Amino acid sequence: MLLMASGLTGLRESFNSWFMKMKDEFTLNFINEDRWKLLLEGLGNTLLITFAAVLLGIVLGILVAAVRSTWDKNKENMKKGLGKGILRLLNGICNLYLTVIRGTPVVVQLLIMYFVIFASSNNKILIAILAFGINSGAYVAEIFRSGIMSIDPGQFEASRSLGFNYAQTMFYVVLPQAFKNVLPTLANEFIVLLKETSVSGYIALRDLTKAGDIIRGRTYSAFMPLIAVALIYLVMVVILSWLVGKLERRLRNSER
Amino acid sequence: MNADNANIVEAVETTEAPAEKLIVVDNVYKFYNGKKIVALNGVSAEIAKGEVVVVVGPSGSGKSTFLRCLNLIENPSEGHIIFDGVDITDPQVDINIHRQRMGMVFQHFNLFPHMTILRNMTIAPMKLRGLTKEQAEEKAMALLEKVGLADRAKSYPSQLSGGQKQRIAIVRALCMEPEVMLFDEPTSALDPEMVGEVLDVMKSLANDGMTMVVVTHEMGFAREVGSRILFMDEGQILEEAAPEQFFANPKNPRLCDFLSKVL
Repeated sequence: MLLMASGLTGLRESFNSWFMKMKDEFTLNFINEDRWKLLLEGLGNTLLITFAAVLLGIVLGILVAAVRSTWDKNKENMKKGLGKGILRLLNGICNLYLTVIRGTPVVVQLLIMYFVIFASSNNKILIAILAFGINSGAYVAEIFRSGIMSIDPGQFEASRSLGFNYAQTMFYVVLPQAFKNVLPTLANEFIVLLKETSVSGYIALRDLTKAGDIIRGRTYSAFMPLIAVALIYLVMVVILSWLVGKLERRLRNSER
Repeated sequence: MNADNANIVEAVETTEAPAEKLIVVDNVYKFYNGKKIVALNGVSAEIAKGEVVVVVGPSGSGKSTFLRCLNLIENPSEGHIIFDGVDITDPQVDINIHRQRMGMVFQHFNLFPHMTILRNMTIAPMKLRGLTKEQAEEKAMALLEKVGLADRAKSYPSQLSGGQKQRIAIVRALCMEPEVMLFDEPTSALDPEMVGEVLDVMKSLANDGMTMVVVTHEMGFAREVGSRILFMDEGQILEEAAPEQFFANPKNPRLCDFLSKVL
């Protein structure tokens, strides 16, 4: 009996001391010198870069996918001439873009953007947006293209037989169905992009990861800031996945 | 131009002179893989206004390709298609304008799964003919009433049976008020008990005087509704005759062989 009581007391004491230590750590890492503001600022930058890069990626992706799938669908039927020449050239440019972007690491692309292409500029956020947006565009393009190609050719024929032209067919018939099919893959790409922006620290940009790292460097305490950063990413990804799931269910219900 | 047309129509009505040619197919070839596969090997045909032309033949004979060439869903490799006096195979011609006047019905229905039945039927008249939503829906509902599917207007295609889908596909094409309807094996993908309801719609369409080109395996339909039957094999039209003659008196040996198998 006595033994158990002393065991419990010991447990409580060690828990108390652990709790006090954690509290001190927490104060040191987040409260002292308003260090939480670093995290908040970093989170803001991460979100800004991600959302702007997503938008840029979607625009680029749709353009590249439109060129590539138009070429794939029409190259056999097109009459020789200027139109076909232009489309062939555009398709070549798109292929080069996809090969280069998908064949090199995003960190290297970011560094080239910052130190080579925009060496004279110091607007790190804008450079990061461009780098991640251009990178994401390549993946989004292939996602959209596979979505377009997955639509039954009969849908295309039916629309054309009613008198719609190629662009109207894409807009009214093919893309709405393709978008629904690729939504999960697309969402996954954006979740990957959100986490990928964590390499922004390579150009000394204070994103969420860099902010945690700065705190770690100042307080010499790694656990709290890094776990906090990880948790923030995790919460964002979970919320995003949940939203996408909701949207997916809504789209699917529209056909029942 | 208009006065001329009016005169022609009058002449047709009063004297029953040879009917106006709506589609002229002039020596059309279709190759795939360079020239390795010949789908159409020099096909010529004429389709007059008000005719119901039925195209039959063994599978792989090029009859679907022939039909799909009529509205350039398939581009002919050589030859010309003349629709209502205009050579639509001319690259300068805007084919979309002419396709609005040619309805097409597919073996696999090809309804748009992300739209309601009503939207399936109204989108083309609204976007291409400039009809208001009310006008387009009124017309669509009238057509749905005719085929007995008015209660399914708000449904999605996935909620319908095959026969219902095909009847919707027919009235979807009719919403554009086409001058000719092209049918590409409209009953081949249907369960046997649903074939009748689709054929009935096609029959009533023929009775209303619609010009139709029908690729089918339904010999009963060909005999009953067709004004002319084309027999195709190996990319060529081998025989062409009115139904009575076609079935009673086949001349080409391959047609005799074909009929002995299907009848």
